[in-house]
Amino acid sequence: MEKTVNQKAWFLVLPVLVLVAFSAVIPLMTVVNYSVQDTFGNNEFYWAGLEWFSEMLDSERMWNALSRQLVFSAIILAIEVPLGIFVALNMPKKGFWASLCLVLMALPLLVPWNVVGTIWQIFGRVDIGLLGYTLDKIGIPYNYTQDFFAAWATVIIMDVWHWTSLVALLAYAGLQSIPDAYYQAAKIDQASRLAVFRFIELPKMQGVLMIAILLRFMDSFMIYTEPFVVTGGGPGNSTTFLSIDLVKMALGQFDLGPAAAFSIMYFLVILLISWVFYTVMTNLEKREGA
Amino acid sequence: MARITLDNLAHSYSPNPKKEADYALKELNHVWNDGEAYALLGASGCGKSTLLNIISGLLQPSQGRILFGDSDVTFAPTTDRNIAQVFQFPVVYDTMTVRQNLAFPLRNRGERPAYIASRVQAIAAMIGMEAQLDRKAQGLTADAKQKISLGRGMVREDVNALLFDEPLTVIDPHMKWELRTQLKSLHREFGHTMIYVTHDQTEALTFADKVVVMHEGRVVQMGTPEELFERPEHTFVGYFIGSPGMNIIPARVEGNQAYINGSQLSLAEAYTGLSGNVAIGVRPDYARLSETDGLPVNIRRVEDVGRHKIIRADFFGTDISIIAREDETISPDMNRVTFDPAHINVYHDDWRVQGEAA
Repeated sequence: MEKTVNQKAWFLVLPVLVLVAFSAVIPLMTVVNYSVQDTFGNNEFYWAGLEWFSEMLDSERMWNALSRQLVFSAIILAIEVPLGIFVALNMPKKGFWASLCLVLMALPLLVPWNVVGTIWQIFGRVDIGLLGYTLDKIGIPYNYTQDFFAAWATVIIMDVWHWTSLVALLAYAGLQSIPDAYYQAAKIDQASRLAVFRFIELPKMQGVLMIAILLRFMDSFMIYTEPFVVTGGGPGNSTTFLSIDLVKMALGQFDLGPAAAFSIMYFLVILLISWVFYTVMTNLEKREGA
Repeated sequence: MARITLDNLAHSYSPNPKKEADYALKELNHVWNDGEAYALLGASGCGKSTLLNIISGLLQPSQGRILFGDSDVTFAPTTDRNIAQVFQFPVVYDTMTVRQNLAFPLRNRGERPAYIASRVQAIAAMIGMEAQLDRKAQGLTADAKQKISLGRGMVREDVNALLFDEPLTVIDPHMKWELRTQLKSLHREFGHTMIYVTHDQTEALTFADKVVVMHEGRVVQMGTPEELFERPEHTFVGYFIGSPGMNIIPARVEGNQAYINGSQLSLAEAYTGLSGNVAIGVRPDYARLSETDGLPVNIRRVEDVGRHKIIRADFFGTDISIIAREDETISPDMNRVTFDPAHINVYHDDWRVQGEAA
């Protein structure tokens, strides 16, 4: 018997194709379209080739934003991952207090970004904010609108406050999956607390930690709302991260061409770094399995 | 190495135990002699793992004391007790090699590298993993991992006791025999006190010098395999050990006679003053079918298991089993059964009663 051929099934895929086209492909292609054209108003566009790309690559402004962004992501990863693990290790394993801790830990994750920004913006104000006022009264100079260091500290502490919970919850889930027998065997083998962490807990958490690092990296690399609400990118340009700069360029100055070129490179950088992270970590896992 | 004494020990998982049923482990007094191999046998949930964890110090008892030799270790942490324990499911350190896994308990105790190396080599030979010593433990099969766990348990020579918590559950049947034989030879060689928890009677009877049978949180009998077979102290031991288990038949016992539904049966010994819940127990091995002698029985079916036949029958309303030799012919006229009087035990409220010579 011949195998029946029925091409009508393609119609069933059509809704998905339409949906993806409108939500992803067409908007992205619009950006690509802007990135290779120039306009002088009146909705008239001229072919510009790769001019915007080379202009952006030569722009000191973009390189500065990129390096600020990398420093920011590196700092928050370096704080949030160890802190999250530390918190997870010290959370109760079961009972009422475990549930309470989980709820408390999840709270910051439920607060909308701009609300987080507003909370810290007010919290840090020297005139009415609890933090700013207290620091000011005990004689520590703190003013995130004028001082470079204070602005960075505020933005970083805010991010740590907002997102360490995510790392902690993921690490906690990893820890909960370790059977009791492992800890009992470690006791019988007279393993030190450090050895238990190094040889039991860390290997068992590896998978979830990889996800945590990847998520935190991508999110922090795209951060916009919170620093925008608190510092607006200042003082000067000191907390102007990539997204903030991009919005300034695209919507503030309406430089659509350069902004589009910028967007595409931004997108590629995130893709590239995430890919590198993922490959390195899965290889690490494979090598251990060999 | 040391003698282990359990003094008045009991444990409950609830913080305020009131009734006896709240106790996972009912009060028990017990001495484990130095250098003997014990099997702790019982159905799942009878408290045997609880008892093992109390001995190893992973659990602290609600009452009573544990002595190692003469020193009280009831509240001593596991690390101070110097015991080794192997768990039901394999515990290996994934990121270490097999060699590092085996060396881990010795390294943590600060042994000399040369000594560690020689011990690891000896243990690897014993569990048959010399070729895989430098492999990562992650990715090995479950039974290879369990062999590593066993090896880690045996690597220290000076332990007070070696505890095994159903260690061969995940191992292949042919490997089970091999490992059990090795455990026995290890026991003969070094004379460690070994306690082996299992719910498998074959495993218990082949491994141990003495088998401790537990039932509902209580030690019901401790004895050699032969004692358990011939004189079960509790009806539970009777039907848990042996395949099929002991026949327990409700009866009235007066002197050296037992009455089952009015029919009379002679016993080897005499018993006085038994009333209430009385029964006689006979192993299927000591029951014989006959055409002429004994009491009437109703054969239901005959199972041929190869080396012998098992006859399932109805005996005054009680289901009993009878074992017949493979070459015996069972005819439809065999509707009577006899029991060997020397092997009939009498039970009162499930506990065995000692008779007097009649």
